[in-house]
Amino acid sequence: MTGALWPWAALVLLGAYHGVNPGMGWLFAVARGLQEKNRRAVLGSLLPIAIGHEASIVIVVVAVSLTQQFLPPFVVRLIAALVLVSFGVYKLARPRSHPGGFGMRVGPGGLAAWSFLMSSAHGAGLMLAPVLLGLPVYAAYHSLREISLQAVAAASLHVAAMLLVMGIVSVIVYEKIGVRILRRGWFNLDLGWSLVLIASGMITLFTAI
Amino acid sequence: MATTLLRPDQSFYPSPRLAAEAPVETLAYMVTFDPTRKEPDGLVTLDVDPKSKGFGKQIGRVEAPNVGDEFHHFGWNVCSSALCPYAAHPHLERRYLLVPGLRSSRIYIFDVKPDPKHPKLVHTIEPKEIADRAGYSRPHTIHCGPDGIYVSALGNPDGDVPGGVFVIDHDTFAVKGRWELDRGPQKFAYDFWWHLGYDTAITSEWGTPKMVEGGVNPELLLAGEYGHRIHIWDLPKRRHRQEIDLGKEHQMVLELRPAHDPSKAFGFVGVVVSLKDLSSSIWTWYLDGSTYKVEKVIDIPAEPADPDVLPPLLKGFKAVPPLVSDINLSLDDRWLYVSAWGTGEFLQFDVSDPFKPKKTGSVHLGGIVRKAAHPTSGPLNGGPQMVELSRDGKRAYLTNSLYASWDEQFYPEGITSWATLIDAKPEGGLGLDKGFFTTFEQRTHQVHLEGGDASSDSYCYS
Repeated sequence: MTGALWPWAALVLLGAYHGVNPGMGWLFAVARGLQEKNRRAVLGSLLPIAIGHEASIVIVVVAVSLTQQFLPPFVVRLIAALVLVSFGVYKLARPRSHPGGFGMRVGPGGLAAWSFLMSSAHGAGLMLAPVLLGLPVYAAYHSLREISLQAVAAASLHVAAMLLVMGIVSVIVYEKIGVRILRRGWFNLDLGWSLVLIASGMITLFTAI
Repeated sequence: MATTLLRPDQSFYPSPRLAAEAPVETLAYMVTFDPTRKEPDGLVTLDVDPKSKGFGKQIGRVEAPNVGDEFHHFGWNVCSSALCPYAAHPHLERRYLLVPGLRSSRIYIFDVKPDPKHPKLVHTIEPKEIADRAGYSRPHTIHCGPDGIYVSALGNPDGDVPGGVFVIDHDTFAVKGRWELDRGPQKFAYDFWWHLGYDTAITSEWGTPKMVEGGVNPELLLAGEYGHRIHIWDLPKRRHRQEIDLGKEHQMVLELRPAHDPSKAFGFVGVVVSLKDLSSSIWTWYLDGSTYKVEKVIDIPAEPADPDVLPPLLKGFKAVPPLVSDINLSLDDRWLYVSAWGTGEFLQFDVSDPFKPKKTGSVHLGGIVRKAAHPTSGPLNGGPQMVELSRDGKRAYLTNSLYASWDEQFYPEGITSWATLIDAKPEGGLGLDKGFFTTFEQRTHQVHLEGGDASSDSYCYS
C-alpha cells in the first residue's frame, strides 16, 4: 500500500462530505428525533442510514473489482469514465431526483432502503470508482481475495467517516443549534457535484489513455 | 421553469415555531371573479403595510386571458415542506402562484418574482391536460407538498364522482397524474391536507360539480345527499385507510386544519349545516392508537329570523343558518378562527385544549339579516368568509364571497364585495381594523400573504 495514500484520504473526505450533507441522512435522523422528542431516535437512525449508504457503495466496489478481474485495466477505466460523465450530465439536467414513496414514519429497514436509493441517485458509489482504481491492488494483477479485502476496507473506511461526521452533526443540531441552521447553512451543491462527477470521469478517461 | 437558489428560499422555515418569527407581510395576493362571467377574473395585489399611505388598497391587478374561470382558492409552487428530509429540494424558489378556475378547470401560473406587485402570467394548464392525465376537473385546493404540488378536484370531467387529488410536477408544472392508488369508498372531494409527521393525508367532502354548480339543491340537501364524511389516507403509499362518517345530518364537511406541529396528530374540520337545527359545527379529529376518531367540539346555532327578511331558500325555516364556511388555525395551534358567513360573525376560539375550545372573541360584519356595518362603512352584505391568518398570528384577513351561484341564493340582492383586516389580540380577543376596509367591483375570494401564511405551508420539524 506504499506510495498511494491519496485514495485513502479521498475515501475519508468523500465520506465526511456525505456525512455533512443534510440530504444524505443526518437531517432525517434529526427530524425523527424531533418527532419522537428523544435523542435515541436520532442515534438509532444513524446506523440504518449508514448501512443503506454502504450497500449502495458496495455495488460499485463489487462491479469495479469483478470487471477488473476479467477486463484489461484501460477498459475498466473507460467504462468508469463513461458512466461518470453520463451520470454527471444526467444530474445537471435533473439535480433534484429523489426516491418516491417514503415519508417520515419509516422503520430502520425503510431508512436503510431510503438511504440506499438516495445514495444511488446521488451517485455516491460511482464517485468512488476512480478512487478505487487508484488503489495499488488495481494497478497490477492481484488475486480476487486481495482485491476483495481491499475493496471492503475501502468501502468501510468511507462509511465509517460518513457515520462519524453524520453522528456529530446530527447530535449537535439536535441538542444545541436546532434546525434553524438549515435556512443559512444548507448550500446548493447540486451544480458543483454534477461538475465533480464529470471532471472525475474526464480524469479517469485520460488516465485510461 | 423552476429556478433554484444557492441557499434555501428564505421564506421556508423548518418548523411552525420558527415560521411564526417571520417578518411581517407588506403585500397580500387576493383573487377576484366576475359572477356574471363577462369580465376576466383577476389576481389582485394589496398593500398591507400598516406604515404605508395605501394601506389596505389595491396596488396591482393582473387579469386572466379568459372569462368565466371563477377564481376561488390558490397556492404556491413550493413552500416550507421543501425542507422535509425524505424528499428535500430546499433550493427551489417560491415564486409562482397557481390559480385554478373552479368553473373552467384551467390552472394559471403567475410569476411574482420579477415584480411582486404585478405578477405575470407565465403558463396555463388546460382542463384537457388535467382530464387526460388525472381524470379530474374543477381544481379546488392547492398545497405545496414535499415532493410535488397537490391539487384537490371536485369531480371527474363529466361533473360526477369521483373527485380526488392530483399532483403537478414542481419543476415542470406538468400534470403527473391521479394521486390515489386505492381510493377505497371515497367519492366526494373538497379539501385535503396532511399530518406530514404521521404520513397521513385527510380529505373532506362537499358534492360533485353537478350538485354544486347550479347552487345548493334543497332536495339533495334535505335528503342528506351532500358530503358528510372525512377520509384518512396513507400519504406516501397513496392508499385509503379509514372513512369517518360524521352522520348524514351533518351536511358539507369542508375546510381541514390539521395541527401545524408535525408531532401532533389532531386537527379541526368545519361542517356547514346540520339538518336537525341548521346549526354549524366544528369537529376535532385525533389519532387514537392506530385509528383516527372525531368529536364535535363547537356548535354554532342558527338565529331565529322574520321570514319576510329571509331569501326564498330560507323563508320556510324562519332562521338564519350560521353557514360556517372557512376556518383557520394559528401556527402555534392555539387559536382557531371561524367564519359564519350566514349570520355575519367572525369568531375566535382558544383551542389550547383541542377538545374544549373556549370562545374568546367575536365581531360582526354583514350577515343575511344583521347586515352589520364596519366603522368606516354603511350596512354590509355577504359575511366573513375566506380567512387568512398571518404567520405571527396577529392579523386575520377576511373577504365576503362564497361561490357565485350560492352567493345569489343566500344574498339575492347581490353581494357588494369587500376585504378587511381583523386584529387578533395575543391574549385573545378580536378588533376591527379602522385603517383597512376596502370594497371591490368583483367578488373577492381567497387571500394569501407574501412569503406564506397560516394555510400555505406545512412542516416536517417539530
